Amino acid sequence: MELVTPPPIRRLPLEDGAVATEVSPAPGGFTAARRSISAPQFSIRRMEIDDVSVSYANREAVKSVSLPVRQGEVLSLIGPSGCGKTTLLRSLNRLTELTRTATLRGRILLDDVDIRLIEPTSLRRRVTMVFQQPNPFPMSVFDNIAYVLREQGSRRQRKKALEPKVHSALQRAGLFEEVKDNLDHPALRLSGGQQQRLCIARALAAEPEVLLLDEPCSALDPQSTQVIEDLIVKLRDDVAVVIVTHNLQQAYRIADHVAFMYLGELVEYSSATALFGSPREQRTKEYVSGAFG
Amino acid sequence: MESSVATPPPARPPAPAPQKPGKDAVEGSATWQLSDRIGLAICWALGLLFCAIAVAIVVYLFLQGIKYLKPSMLVTPASAGFSESESGGFSDAFVGTLIVAVMGIAIALPAGVGVAVWLVEYGRPAGLARITESTIEAIAGIPSIVLALFGTVIFSSTALGFLSRTSEGVVFGRSFFAASAMLAIVALPLVVASTREGLNAIPQHVREASYAVGKTKIATTRRILLPAARPQVATGAMLGLGRIIGDTAIIVVLLGATQNFAPVGGAFPLNYLRGAGTTLTNFVYEASPTGNLNQPQKAYAAAFVLLLMVLALNAAVDVVHRRARKVGTWSS
Repeated sequence: MELVTPPPIRRLPLEDGAVATEVSPAPGGFTAARRSISAPQFSIRRMEIDDVSVSYANREAVKSVSLPVRQGEVLSLIGPSGCGKTTLLRSLNRLTELTRTATLRGRILLDDVDIRLIEPTSLRRRVTMVFQQPNPFPMSVFDNIAYVLREQGSRRQRKKALEPKVHSALQRAGLFEEVKDNLDHPALRLSGGQQQRLCIARALAAEPEVLLLDEPCSALDPQSTQVIEDLIVKLRDDVAVVIVTHNLQQAYRIADHVAFMYLGELVEYSSATALFGSPREQRTKEYVSGAFG
Repeated sequence: MESSVATPPPARPPAPAPQKPGKDAVEGSATWQLSDRIGLAICWALGLLFCAIAVAIVVYLFLQGIKYLKPSMLVTPASAGFSESESGGFSDAFVGTLIVAVMGIAIALPAGVGVAVWLVEYGRPAGLARITESTIEAIAGIPSIVLALFGTVIFSSTALGFLSRTSEGVVFGRSFFAASAMLAIVALPLVVASTREGLNAIPQHVREASYAVGKTKIATTRRILLPAARPQVATGAMLGLGRIIGDTAIIVVLLGATQNFAPVGGAFPLNYLRGAGTTLTNFVYEASPTGNLNQPQKAYAAAFVLLLMVLALNAAVDVVHRRARKVGTWSS
């Protein structure tokens, strides 16, 4: 493994008067970062991205990308800003269709069915998404989850009947212990990390097959980030996880496979250790070593 | 923000001892240019002046109101009489104000929220949305007397004769229905503007988060967006109510401005609602020295009641916003 310059580290804003104690990363780069993910036990192909291009008006944001999405693995999309990774992620549950100018070519298969043949509302219950900013709905913690479980538009479904499912969603997101006594509290009063885990719980409540995460930790502090990273690793056996991240070390810590995108193109797709340890492409090598981005 | 090669940050100078918050911590204007200081002084003076005017109005009306207002006035209808002690109270005007307020906002609120939701969440075709927007702005600028005049044309038509007194084929076009409908148009732009503001303040990713768990646009609007915009919707309703309560022109032209209810035939609430009547604003006008009644004491008493209603609305807006702050909002 040859890294020309030390890998980038996240610069956190320092408090007034605080002294930066640890500034230089350990030599050796990514091998020093903790891999919190072990080799996958199994992997089942759930989604297939087949030669997909997405354009906004005349600008092509994603250029003929083909990728598999597997349950049992965490797939991480990395690349500099504006490289199309979020657009690709949003096309997996047809959220790109909300943008009027967006057009998609190619096919995306979910369990061998073209997602264009699946009704958007039912597709989005099978492929749920967590966003960059924590965005709980302005209601109680309980109702945030119950909203997902309830039928379209119906308000009252027996609270008791929903309780087990709400609790299990919160447990899977590792939030239940913290909020079990305050399920009636407004969700927007939780801390940022808790809000994001609530959003994950909400996404899991629909019992999806694929979970999409769009930079879920970029608005969070390191402790919350770690909690969520551990959670993502735990979830990979139940759902196929696709995570977009800006943070290379995060991708290294939690991903089984990494796809590096640049200017809309898929430059390299391989296992995380291979992509960070011995990248095949020059651009990948430069990006993961911090030469640009 | 993140991907930059690490360099040790430059050594920081030791942080200065934390200052005690107080006068010293605030930048004084002594170092400012003279023109800036004069500007600041003018701003201060104007601010104080308007506070003083508002306080003067409220205090004066409170003093007069407490002096002249008797609770019995709120339950005694006006009657003919030569002196203030003989002419009864203004219960009909008080109840009339409540009726037009309830009926007017009952029309304006759902209509206004509907228009705002369509404008913000759908807005297609774009041309129609733009036209709607400017129409509503235009309505906001139309003097209510003009709306009232237009209302007489509509409500005097025979097709709408069932809404007001009709005598030998002539439709009078003056009733609580007619007045409330036109007052609703006065209140509508305020409800629309405030609701739009509330909906626009909701980040786009919140809508997407709802779509991303398989919810439809309708479900998202009903269960997420409108509840989130509730404080602004309530503010719009309160402002609209204030306008309805405060309007006089439409009352004179479309409600008949009789001193008492003038019910027409029919079953109970309808006979009153189809008939003419009055409200507090009109009563204040009539009772003031320029009006037909010339009973300034009662004018003060009625104006005091009006003022209390408006202050109560302001307080209600405050309560709604305070509650909303407890629920919290998204970090942007």
